[in-house]
Order: sequence, then structure tokens, then C-alpha cells
Amino acid sequence: MSANTTKPEPASVFSPDLAARFDALVQKYPVSRSALIPMLLYAQDEVGYLSQAVVAEIARRIGITELEVRNVATYYSMLRFKPAGKYNIQVCTNISCMLRGAYEVLDRFREELGIDPHGVTADGLFSLEEVECIGACCWAPAIQVNYEFHDELKPDLVPGILGAYRNQAPKKEKNA
Amino acid sequence: MPRLVSHPDEVKIISRRFGMGAANIDRYIELGGYEAVKKCLAQGPEWIVEEMKASGLRGRGGAGFSTGMKWSFVPKQSAKPKYILVNGDESEPGTCKDHLIFLHDPHAVIEGTIIAGLAVGSKMGFIYLRGEYRYLLEITERAVADAYDRGFLGKNIFGSGQEFQIITQTGAGAYEVGEESALMESLEGKRGVPRIKPPFPAVVGLYGGPTVINNAETIATVPAVIQMGAQAYCDVGTSRNGGTRLFCISGHVERPGVYELPMGYNLKKMIYDVAGGIRGGRKLKAVVPGGSSTPVLLPEEIENLGMDFDQVGKAGSMLGSGGVVVIDDQTCIVEFALRTISFYAHESCGWCIPCREGTDWLKKSLTRFHAGFGTRSDIDNIQYLAENMLGRTFCPLGDAAAMPTIAFVKKFRKEFEDHLNGKPCPYAKEGVPQLTVV
Repeated sequence: MSANTTKPEPASVFSPDLAARFDALVQKYPVSRSALIPMLLYAQDEVGYLSQAVVAEIARRIGITELEVRNVATYYSMLRFKPAGKYNIQVCTNISCMLRGAYEVLDRFREELGIDPHGVTADGLFSLEEVECIGACCWAPAIQVNYEFHDELKPDLVPGILGAYRNQAPKKEKNA
Repeated sequence: MPRLVSHPDEVKIISRRFGMGAANIDRYIELGGYEAVKKCLAQGPEWIVEEMKASGLRGRGGAGFSTGMKWSFVPKQSAKPKYILVNGDESEPGTCKDHLIFLHDPHAVIEGTIIAGLAVGSKMGFIYLRGEYRYLLEITERAVADAYDRGFLGKNIFGSGQEFQIITQTGAGAYEVGEESALMESLEGKRGVPRIKPPFPAVVGLYGGPTVINNAETIATVPAVIQMGAQAYCDVGTSRNGGTRLFCISGHVERPGVYELPMGYNLKKMIYDVAGGIRGGRKLKAVVPGGSSTPVLLPEEIENLGMDFDQVGKAGSMLGSGGVVVIDDQTCIVEFALRTISFYAHESCGWCIPCREGTDWLKKSLTRFHAGFGTRSDIDNIQYLAENMLGRTFCPLGDAAAMPTIAFVKKFRKEFEDHLNGKPCPYAKEGVPQLTVV
């Protein structure tokens, strides 16, 4: 395993900015392992998912085994081991949102995108998830697209939201 | 941007800077910010703890434990460093108050954290936000950086010679991490499973050191208590329930929103007056008073119900996290129960068997029941199963799933019976798909 000291360190899978951020992060806490969960999430934000290379590098940076990293990563619902769409649509259907029509909103996303929850559109632009409470109960129904909140939704607002993200996407992805 | 609401009955203490740009440090100072911590530096730790005790402030995360008492449990001398932990993992369905605090007044959280540190002799605090609150984390990180720049945080805070550091932390999606010991595990870079208690965090907490862990709303209230004076704060509420709290009114009301009302405010008035009554002129069927884990109340149970920890407890439910979820008469309670329990089944961390298996079986039973395939004995079985989860787990998640389930079955038995023998859900609407949980 990684105990082989003669092996040179592999090149980072992260951008120079993120690698520098991680260098600081492992120094920030009284115990470096405290950096694990933020590192996993920030790595996923950049790479798209927790690939084998991501897991290996984070394990190496903190000085724990890959198994320990996976053991923790599998616990947290936001972390994933497969790519999602560029825009991951997370529809909350918990009680406060459900009472104000969250399932109708979810169904409209299904229809418009032609995918079910956990699905990714063929162009890789969107993925859909049904999620638990996102802390926007008084502005229900609410969704998150990546980290962006959209409050007080109605099914009829769905095409407009999708259109705005389509326009925002870089050209090559649009035509992919 | 979440909509801000207002009502004449509100007493704005925690929310007094909402919508005023106080995430900016200069604006926060202009509005009286960082005065409370200066007062605390002058008065010393014993005075702070006594003030907190006298204020009657009780934990806003749900347990309602006296904040001053909690702080007083931390040993004065400790070989290991002491820590302050701010719980901003806000995940209880129906609760979105911390969302607004971090958005509009992050410096109040920082100031409250410093004060807690001074009170117990800690040099380091952590502010933990749920992973979904990334934009709020960025606002909070900006605020922390500004506080460092001004010398409000660091090795020599406010030129006092005392040290206090704050580290911000993100979660990555887990309701269970809102439980205090699971949050410490998560902060140590582990799976968020609960620890057995005792020892309690005040003695053995984060990294094995004595730790104070408070809800973000509790911490944000601290500077206000110091500034207005413990007695004045206490007088706003009811006996043994000092001050105000942020009530998150959601569901079938005309004007959902986060309202700051005095402790003990009448629940019926909260629904019909403050939140504008039931949407579309319908009737009230039930209300979940303090987040999805609190037992549901019927309209006749809220007539004279004051919303404080003791009165709601006496009524057989809990004030919890302040999430008031209002349900109208067109709602199927079996479906509502199924959606509630599906959440707990999803979020059970799997550490304790009664919770892991119990939530799963409750979900399976309720799914079958709602689909019309239940039997009469299922109704009793659901209740029996839930009752056997109570008090048999490390953390309160098992109870959080069991308590509302028992109340749904007890208070709406007739509605469960209406689903028996293949009958379609009486509340099914044409064109609206029924809840089927996979």
C-alpha cells in the first residue's frame, strides 16, 4: 500500500488552487483528520464525484487509509462515487414541502428532463434527486440546484429554471 | 433569497438585525454589535454564567436545557483544551431559523461563540453548518475573516490579552450529525454516529476535551441577553422559559415564515393570526408543534396552548426546534406519517438496532398500509413497534421516529382504519400521484 516510501508522490488530481487550499486545511485543525469531510465535499465540487484518484489523494494528504476515507464518505448523503449532472437538481419532498406541492414539482422535473430521481440526462447537463429537508420549510416547496436555493416553487416555474441553467452552461456542453 | 415576514406581535431580539445588512462587520458594529463581548471581558466568567442562568434561556435545538446550567458544568481546570461547538446542522424537518441567522446576522453567532468561550475558559470554537448551507458557510467564513482582521478573534481579542479562535466547518448531508455527540464524531472526521453518555460533552467532548455544544440560535441569542440584561430578557417570556424564539411556521397557512415571538405565545393565535390562518379557507386538521419528531396536536389541544417547553410538554408533545407544521383537513394523515417515517428511516445511522430496524419496519408497514394492503392488526403493530423503540437507543433519533408515529396512530386511528381492506386512500385526488416510497 502507501507505505512504499521509495515511490514518488503522484501528481495531484486537484487544481493548484484546491491543492493549496487542502494544504492549509489539514493544518487548520487541532487534529488533521478533521479536514476529511470538507476535503471530500470540496474535491467533489471540483472533480464531480469521489473517484478512486480523489479517495487515494485525500487518504495520502491526511495520512489515513483509503478504506478509512471510504468508510466515512459512504456515510454522508451529499457525497457520491458516480458523476452527477453539471447541474444536480435536488427536490425536497419532506413534510413542509410535500404539503405545498413538492411531489408535483418533482414530477414536472421528471417530465421535462425525461429522467427519474438518480438519473442523469444524456447530455450530462442535469441530474435529478429527491432529497430530505434542506432547511427552507417556510419558503416551500424548495429545491437546490447544486448549492443554489430556489424557493416557493410551482410546477409551472420548472421550465424557466431549467432554461436559465441551460443558457448558463458553456457552449460545448450545450451541444454535447 | 428567503422571504422575510413580519407581524405586530413579534418581539425582535434575535431577528432585530435581519434584512439590515448586518453580515457586513461595519454595519453590525453600527447596530450595536460586539458591545456585549466587551462587557463580558470586563465582567468575567462567573458573571457571564450567572447572567445566562438568570436569563432563563433554554437550548433552542430542541431539548430545552438551561444554557447557563450547561456552561456551569464545564470544569474550571482541565488538562485538555476546552471547546465551544456551535450546532448549525439544522436538519429537523420544519425548521429553517438558523438559515436566516447565518444569512442576516452571522456576527451574532461569532460574538455569542466568543462569549461562551470566555464563560467557560475555552480558546477555540467551531461553527458547524450543514453541507447544504454552502452559501451561508461562505457568508459566515467572510464574517469570521473580518472579525480576525479587526482583532476580535485571534491571540489577543479586543486587546484583552485573551485568546479565542474560530474554525468553520461544513457537514456533507446527515440529519444524525445534528445530535451533539454525532456532531463531534463528524467534526473529528468520522462517520456521524452517536457516543454513549455519560460521559457528557461538558466533561469529555470534542478531541476528548470538555466541550460546550449549543444550537446556533441559542448562541446568536447570547449577545442580546448580555446587552439587554438577563432580567429584561427573561421577562419577555413565561415562567422558566425566558425570552423569545424563532418559530418557523410552514405548511398549509396563508403566510408561512419565520416569526420571532415571546415564549409562551398562544399556538392557535400563531396559526390564525400571525400566519394568516389556513390556506384557501380550509379547516385545521392537525399541527406538528416543534419539528417533525414532535407528536402531532389536534385543533382542540391547541385552544389555550402557550408555546413554551413546559406547556407543550404538558400537552403531550414538545416545543422542539420551533418548527410549526400546519396540516389542513384535505391531508391524509397516513400519508403524512409515511413521509415522516421515511425520513427517519433514511437518516437512521444504523448504529443502534432498535432504530435501524424499527424505522425500516415502520416505513414498510406504513407503505403497505397507505397502499391499502394493511390489516387491522397492522395498526396495533405499528404502535407496538414504535413503543419498543422508545429509550432504547444511544441518541434520540429512535425516539424522534417513534414519538410522532405513536401520536399519529393514537389520534387518527379512524383514518388508519379507513385505509383497510384495499380501500383507496380517501384523500386521493384525481391527477395527483399518490406517495409511493421505494
